[in-house]
Amino acid sequence: MSWLLALPFFIPITTALIAFLARGRKHLCSVISITGCFAALCVSIAIVTLVVSGGPQAAQMGDWQAPYGITLIADRLSAVMLLISAIVGLCVALFAISDINENRVKLGFHCFFQLLLAGVSGSFVTGDLFNLYVWFEVMLIASFALLVLGGEKIQLDGGIKYVALNLVSTLLMLTSIGLLYGLTGTLNMAQLHISLAEVDNPVAISTLAVIFICAFGIKAAIFPLFFWLPASYHVPPVAVTAVFAGLLTKVGVYALIRTFTLIFPNDLGFTQNILLGAALLTMLTGVLGAAAQYEFRKILSFHIISQIGFLILGLALNSPLALAGTVFYMIHNIVAKTNLFLISGTAQRLAGSYELNEIGGLYKASPLLSTFFFIAAFSLAGFPPLSGFWAKLLLVKASLDQTAYFVTAVALITGALTLFSMSKIWAEAFWKPHPQGHCKSLYSLSVAERLQRLLPVSLLASITLILGFMPEPFIEYALGTAGELLHPDDYLEAVLTGSSH
Amino acid sequence: MNSIILQTATRVLVALILVFSVYMLLRGHNYPGGGFIAGLIAASAFALFAMAWGMEAAQSALRIPPGNLAVSGVALAGLSGLMAIFYGDGPFSGQWLTLIGAKEEDGIVISNVLFFDIGVYLTVLGAVLTLIFALEEAS
Repeated sequence: MSWLLALPFFIPITTALIAFLARGRKHLCSVISITGCFAALCVSIAIVTLVVSGGPQAAQMGDWQAPYGITLIADRLSAVMLLISAIVGLCVALFAISDINENRVKLGFHCFFQLLLAGVSGSFVTGDLFNLYVWFEVMLIASFALLVLGGEKIQLDGGIKYVALNLVSTLLMLTSIGLLYGLTGTLNMAQLHISLAEVDNPVAISTLAVIFICAFGIKAAIFPLFFWLPASYHVPPVAVTAVFAGLLTKVGVYALIRTFTLIFPNDLGFTQNILLGAALLTMLTGVLGAAAQYEFRKILSFHIISQIGFLILGLALNSPLALAGTVFYMIHNIVAKTNLFLISGTAQRLAGSYELNEIGGLYKASPLLSTFFFIAAFSLAGFPPLSGFWAKLLLVKASLDQTAYFVTAVALITGALTLFSMSKIWAEAFWKPHPQGHCKSLYSLSVAERLQRLLPVSLLASITLILGFMPEPFIEYALGTAGELLHPDDYLEAVLTGSSH
Repeated sequence: MNSIILQTATRVLVALILVFSVYMLLRGHNYPGGGFIAGLIAASAFALFAMAWGMEAAQSALRIPPGNLAVSGVALAGLSGLMAIFYGDGPFSGQWLTLIGAKEEDGIVISNVLFFDIGVYLTVLGAVLTLIFALEEAS
C-alpha cells in the first residue's frame, strides 16, 4: 500500500535517470519517456480506483508515524489530479517526439520533463507542507531548465522573468511555512488542521493566510501576480508550453485548495473575500488581455489566467457545489488547455507562424486539425454540450445559490469574451485564406509525424467529448471530492491513526 | 591562474579537503555533518584544483563527467530507499545489515541510511561541479 503511493514520483524520477543516461539517442529517449509516462498512468488509475472504493489512503515514509514523519496521502482530489497529470504527461511525451529537436534531447529534455512530472505528482500526494515546498522546488528547477533549454535569445528573456517572479513566490512560501511552524510546531497538514484551530492568535493566522495566498497565487498566476506567465509561456517549444499550461499553474491552485480547505478552514470571511475579489479580477483581466493579443500562444496564455480565475472562484464561494465545480473545471481545463497548445504547435508547423496576421487557410488545408481545435476551443469557451459548459454551469449555479449575482454576471461575461477570442483564432487562423497563399496540409507530413502529432490531440479531444456528453459520473466524483474537502474527517483519520502499511 | 604558491599548496590541500569531506560524510550519521555538507566540501576541493591547475586538469582529475556523478548519486539514494521492499517495510524506512557480531554488542552494522547519504554526497558534488565547470567554460 505505502509503495503504491510512492510510485507516482518514484517512476518519473527513475525514468529521468534512465533518460539522462540515454540522452545521446533521441529515439531511445522517447521510448523511455513514453514507457515511464504509461507506467505512471497505470499507477494513477490504480490509486483512483483504490481511493474511490476505500476513501483516503495514507502512507508514512520511513515508517515514521505522523505528525513526525512525512506522510503521503491520496484522497479524491489528489487521485484525480494524479490521473489527469499522468494523461497530460503521456500526451506531451508523444507529441514531443516530433516537436523537440535532437539538440534539446541531447541537452536532457526528457530527463527534465520527467523530473517536472515527478515534482507535480509529488506535490499532489504529499501530506506535509514542507515536503510540498520540496516538490515545488523540484518542479521549478525542472521548469527553469525546460524553459531555457536550447538557449535561444528569446528563451533566456522569458526565462529570467519566470525565474525572478517564481523565486519571490518560493521565498514567500518558505517564510510562511516557517511562521506556521513557529505557531503550531507541526507541518503535517492533517495535524495543522487540528493544531491551528487551537491557536488563539487571529492576527497571526490572518497574516499567514494572506502570505499563503500571495505565495501560491504567484504560482497559480492570479491577479495581480500573473505577469510572469504571458511573459514566458510563448518562448519554449510548444510541447513544453503545453505541459506548463496544463499542469504548473494548476499545482498552485491545488495548493490553494488544500491550504484553504484543510489548514485554514475556519478563517472564512476575510481571506474568502480576498480570494473572491482576486478570482473575479483574474477572470476579467485574463480574458481582456487575450482580446488584445494577436499571437496564437499569447492568446492562449492569457486564457490560462482567465481560467485560473474560475478555479479560484469555486474555492472562494466555498460551498459543496462550488468546490465540485472547481474540481470538474480543473479536469476539463487541463485537458482542453493542453490540447489547444498542442494544436497551436501543429498549426504553426503547417502554416509557418504563431502570428495570426501571417497565417490562415488551416480549415481548408486540414479539416481534421480544425475539428480538434473546434472541440477544444469551444469547450474552453463553455459551449454546450462540451465539457466547459458543465464546468461553468456548476460554478454559475453555485454562485446563484448564494445569491451572488455580480459573480454570476462576471462569470458569464468572461465566458462570452472567451468565445470572442476563440472565434478570433478560428476566423484568422482557420477560415481566412493564407496571406502568402499557401498552407501545408497534414498529408505533407510523414506518416510517423502525423501520428505523433495527432494521436495525443485526438486522445485529449476524446476526453473532452466524454466529459461533455457523459458528465454524470465525473460530476458525481467531483461532488464526492467537495464533500471530502469540506469534511476532512476521513482524511485526518487516514493520516493520524496511521493504520495502513 | 599560474601561481606556483597556489599550485604547490593545492596539491596538499585538495587531498586534505577530500579526506575531510569523507570524514564529514561518515560523521553525519550520528553528529552534525552528512552528505550535503560533505558534498559541498568535496566540490570546493575540485574548485580549488580547477583554479590552480585549470579546468581541464580538474575535469581529468574527476575522471567522470560531473553530470553522471550527480545522476548516479540520485540513483544510489533512490535504491537505498527501495531496499526496505525486501524486508516488507515502507519506502525509505531504515534497514540495518549486520556485518560482524550483533548490533547491541559493539558489532559492525551498516545501514541504508549511509548509502542514502553517499547518494546525497555524490549528487551535491556532481551538481555543484556541473555548475562550476559550466560557468568556468563560459567565462
